[in-house]
Amino acid sequence: MTTKTITSSLYEWVDERLGLTEIAAFARKKRVPVHDQSFWYYWGGISLFLFLVQCFTGVLLLVYYRPGADAFESVRQINFTMHFGWLVRSAHSWSANLFIFAIFVHMFSVFFMKAYRKPREFGWLSGMALLGVATVFGFSGYLLPMDELSYFATKVGLQIPTALPFVGTAIANMLRGGPDVSEFTVQRFFALHVVVLPAIFLPLLGFHLWLVQKHGNAIPESEEDKPVFARKSVPFFPNFLVKDLALWLVSLNILAVLAHVFPWPLGNPADSLKPAPLGIHPEWYFMSPFEMLKLLGNWMPGEFGEIAGILIFTLGLCIWILIPFYDTSRKLGQRARNAHYFGLLAVGLLLVTTVIGYWTIR
Amino acid sequence: MAMDSVKNGAVIEKAEDTVTRRIFLAAAGAAGLCYVGALAYPIYRYLASPEEMAASASAVTEVMLKDAQKLPKESVLMFKFGPSPALLIHHEDGTWVSFSAVCTHLGCTVQFEPEQKRIHCACHGGVYDANTGANVSGPPPKPLKRYKVAVTEAGVQVSRA
Repeated sequence: MTTKTITSSLYEWVDERLGLTEIAAFARKKRVPVHDQSFWYYWGGISLFLFLVQCFTGVLLLVYYRPGADAFESVRQINFTMHFGWLVRSAHSWSANLFIFAIFVHMFSVFFMKAYRKPREFGWLSGMALLGVATVFGFSGYLLPMDELSYFATKVGLQIPTALPFVGTAIANMLRGGPDVSEFTVQRFFALHVVVLPAIFLPLLGFHLWLVQKHGNAIPESEEDKPVFARKSVPFFPNFLVKDLALWLVSLNILAVLAHVFPWPLGNPADSLKPAPLGIHPEWYFMSPFEMLKLLGNWMPGEFGEIAGILIFTLGLCIWILIPFYDTSRKLGQRARNAHYFGLLAVGLLLVTTVIGYWTIR
Repeated sequence: MAMDSVKNGAVIEKAEDTVTRRIFLAAAGAAGLCYVGALAYPIYRYLASPEEMAASASAVTEVMLKDAQKLPKESVLMFKFGPSPALLIHHEDGTWVSFSAVCTHLGCTVQFEPEQKRIHCACHGGVYDANTGANVSGPPPKPLKRYKVAVTEAGVQVSRA
């Protein structure tokens, strides 16, 4: 038997059991639209790739990380004793930030291309849920090294729910595992970060990807205006997939350069008796809500300002999430324009408050 | 003649084509391998770190056990010689011996049983002579590794034989 016959009989054996030919035929039939805005189609894939990097580097960190009272010491060991531990940790932190960034780009491109409209409402909702879980991933992961910065950032972050009347303190205590951030907080954030959140994220991600598969890519209005025969497209396999993988490689290279050239720092061990270090601030993706709360607090001092801030922010987020049910069709032109302006307002507010936030901590 | 040269030309051109293609594929393959290697190497070293630390610990040639000279007769002191456990036995007749406590069968930690004057491995019933470390009965294929013992006023020094 030649190699060719062995390969083909092996393929037939597997094909009979798994239906490879059907999958290949399906992949060939699936087409992706090509137009001026096609570039934005890749950001969902980039987010997915960075999530996979997170899983992989996360498992590597899990090999040596010890939550609880020993947390800082174990991260110090990873960073300074284990070979290339600094690189693994740096890659995990950098790719977490790039992951959130890619999701943001993906979300805004979906928003402005109005890809949330019928029948893709569940795609938008599941995407928003994924972003929500991703930020909780970020918040919980930030504490795990238990250095000064992560300690105080978490302390401040967990202080926000206490502004809520009646239940606020109970919620904050439940999250912290006590009245203050301690090794109990690290232990429960660790459980959240590596067990609870993945258990929520993975099925949601499966659902999101299945929807993308089911409905295909949305096309912008300029393309919708063209007759069907005038719209261009390429097969998903191999044309689109090859470009997708090429961008994954580009992302990996950018990540490798960032992780290597700007290794993620590790501060002094957290000490509840020490004062907060100067210039303490949340991660960039929390900077905007943090700054909005601060500005509103200055404008309306006291508890009232904090509650108002939380309410306004929650209201804005609700409108953002429910936009597919407001801006439902092209026929309602005014609503489409309103949604667009709302999107511009959201981007403007996010950018301005983030810049103010970084400006004031300088 | 003219036909031949055209033919030859065509053949040569085709050969050049194949060579370029082959070189390109080989170069791309080599670059890909280098890339995978650049990713795999740090990961391998990262995961192998404790192994390397243990290897440097096993380079230890002697251990000073402070105050171990006070160990009563017919008793044992368990200690770490490099990365692995070891026994220091003070016999009834006043002699001192030290062995590696790693069973030569499947690596369980053995124990000294003074009443029966033997070293016993609970995992598979291996028995060693408490004076010489020789494998007496059961599955162990080799005697226990023996260390040199020097008793001083400050303690007991155990070193590789």
